[in-house]
Amino acid sequence: MYGATIGASRYGFADLKDLLAKASPSRSGDRLAGLTAESGEERVAAQFALADLPLTTFLNEAVVPYETDEVTRLIVDSHDRTAFAPVSHLTVGGLRDWLLSDAATTPVLTALAPGVTPEMAAAVSKISRLQDLMVMAAKCSVVTRFRNTIGLPGRLSVRLQPNHPTDDAHGIAASILDGLLLGSGDAVIGINPATDSPERTHALLSMLEEIRTRLDIPTQSCVLAHVTTTLELIGKGSPVDLVFQSIAGTQAANKSFGIDLALLKEARAAALALGRGTVGSNVMYFETGQGSALSANAHHGIDQQTVEARAYAVARAFDPLLVNTVVGFIGPEYLYDGKQITRAGLEDHFCGKLMGLPMGVDVCYTNHAEADQDDADALLALLVAAGVNFVMGVPGADDVMLGYQSTSFHDALAMRDLLGRRPAPEFEAWLQRQGLMDSANRIRPGELPARFRALLPA
Amino acid sequence: MSDHRPPAQPADDGALWTRLRKLTAARIGLPRTGASLATAPLLAFQLAHAQARDAVRQPLDMAQLAADLGDLSLPAIEVASKVEDTETYLMRPDLGRALADSAANRLSPHARGCDLAVVITGGLSARAVQAHAAPVLGALLPLPRTANWRIAPLTLVRYGRVAIGDAIAAALTAEAVLVLIGERPGLSAPDSMGAYLTWHPSEQSTDADRNCISNIRPEGIGYADAAFKIAHLLNAMRRRQISGIQLKDDSDLRLIGGVDV
Repeated sequence: MYGATIGASRYGFADLKDLLAKASPSRSGDRLAGLTAESGEERVAAQFALADLPLTTFLNEAVVPYETDEVTRLIVDSHDRTAFAPVSHLTVGGLRDWLLSDAATTPVLTALAPGVTPEMAAAVSKISRLQDLMVMAAKCSVVTRFRNTIGLPGRLSVRLQPNHPTDDAHGIAASILDGLLLGSGDAVIGINPATDSPERTHALLSMLEEIRTRLDIPTQSCVLAHVTTTLELIGKGSPVDLVFQSIAGTQAANKSFGIDLALLKEARAAALALGRGTVGSNVMYFETGQGSALSANAHHGIDQQTVEARAYAVARAFDPLLVNTVVGFIGPEYLYDGKQITRAGLEDHFCGKLMGLPMGVDVCYTNHAEADQDDADALLALLVAAGVNFVMGVPGADDVMLGYQSTSFHDALAMRDLLGRRPAPEFEAWLQRQGLMDSANRIRPGELPARFRALLPA
Repeated sequence: MSDHRPPAQPADDGALWTRLRKLTAARIGLPRTGASLATAPLLAFQLAHAQARDAVRQPLDMAQLAADLGDLSLPAIEVASKVEDTETYLMRPDLGRALADSAANRLSPHARGCDLAVVITGGLSARAVQAHAAPVLGALLPLPRTANWRIAPLTLVRYGRVAIGDAIAAALTAEAVLVLIGERPGLSAPDSMGAYLTWHPSEQSTDADRNCISNIRPEGIGYADAAFKIAHLLNAMRRRQISGIQLKDDSDLRLIGGVDV
């Protein structure tokens, strides 16, 4: 039982997950789950109580039982007490103050990461404003490598997302061509297949491999099929760079995705054995998003932001190249409007970075959410200022397969110019060699470079 | 080149992008100025978004729909979910799955046992259902494979979600349910209809128990193809007494060559 007194009112919170839920800034998904504070005052009372909570509480009280949830077991069993030691005496509020202080430098935060549990990160985020989330995240540096180097200071990478409603090879190639010319693709060239069949996935992987090798692009490719499909194809010799999987923060939610930790471990081992990375061996690409556990009815009464942070504990166990929170995809019943989407994007980015993950964000919204391009522009700029590792690049921001709006090649380009961010160094050198940059080092394609004509259909 | 000409599209490349745009509906080769979109593609996007948003907010015209369905010579019943306005519909999917209290009295006189209940609801695009529900049913019901089916009265639902079909089928004592519903509108497809099929629907039915045909519209899966797929799945369901992930939609194999049954 936790509590706080505001004036003459005493507010009580049944347990840790109740306290975390009631302290959460308002969002529709928590309301749908019936977890939210009943008044503004109750919410702030919960935030006061949460701020006074010693961090060690999180090591002694689990939000899902250790005995029945393998994600909880992973969080508890992999907790690094040595890394945690410098902050072990602090409360949640004390941790927030310390993270914002000048003592919390980049190397200090890198050393701290394995000592931070998802619930600790979520708790700090709940008593932080957007500005705090940006300032704290910007001090975290997470660098990963496969065929290039992602997450270096002053860099912004982009996933080129060339989806097509029927996986048409020519249509996909046309979108890839457009994206490469505009400097997208250094995080990954990644296709969401319309149909998750091994044959289709193999065909797309082979096409991506041919484009990459023909143009000698220092990047990695991925077809975002289910992990079991990718694993089967690795066994058959398909050219797999990265293993993709959607993950969530409870064992039951992961089960609804058809996965468990053992399967992810097996897939990572298989991808590592291929030895395809040239500058590093981060071989996993994970996607997450607030609301997925509730959507699978597997949230165990945990608020959606805390359970999202638990998904990052799953990701952390597999040393990923990319972790992408797809923030506004799931719809207004989870994040109602631009305000809620903005906050969720910055919360996820902060929690992931603090836990040591290479965070990217799919800044996106659906047409039934109360959001538009202005909201997407604002969140994108805030994330780039906060040091996000990568964002999406979709032709014209309109994903014609998934039916939602993400960020465009042009959006990424504008942010690189506005905030002085450059592509991954190996990819930037490649862009230069292709003649796609001008004398001021800006990405400004002119005539189609001759070797790109190889991508054109006959 | 004038200062106003976007540098991404020198004259000869304009023809290139015109050619490439035939390969995909994606917004590729957009005219650019500096790092940003030129005015024309910016406004084209705003228009598509406005149309998609309007599609979400447009109410289902039940009277017009009932009139359009009149040619099918089936009685129609109008019921509502527990949702009363668009905002609640968007925020509370649980209420959109539950029938309003008034529905039981309207449905119970028709509980005479039947093979199929047909439920029509606006979902996230009333426009889709308004345009495509009558033509799809018009193509489906005369098919030889469904001609001998006992069809319950058509049920038109205000503010329904897919799972509300389970409760309706139970009230009408139907063996199977077909729900036609407006899908969440994409920028390029604001009027896409989905068809969801469930065998022996009940309160315990989940998404895993349903088969779905998505993207029904003239530019996607056309009326005749949609009707064919629905009939194929309904018959497979009845034959094997299952639906959902255990039942694969292999109707594509039979559509090749345009062979109908």
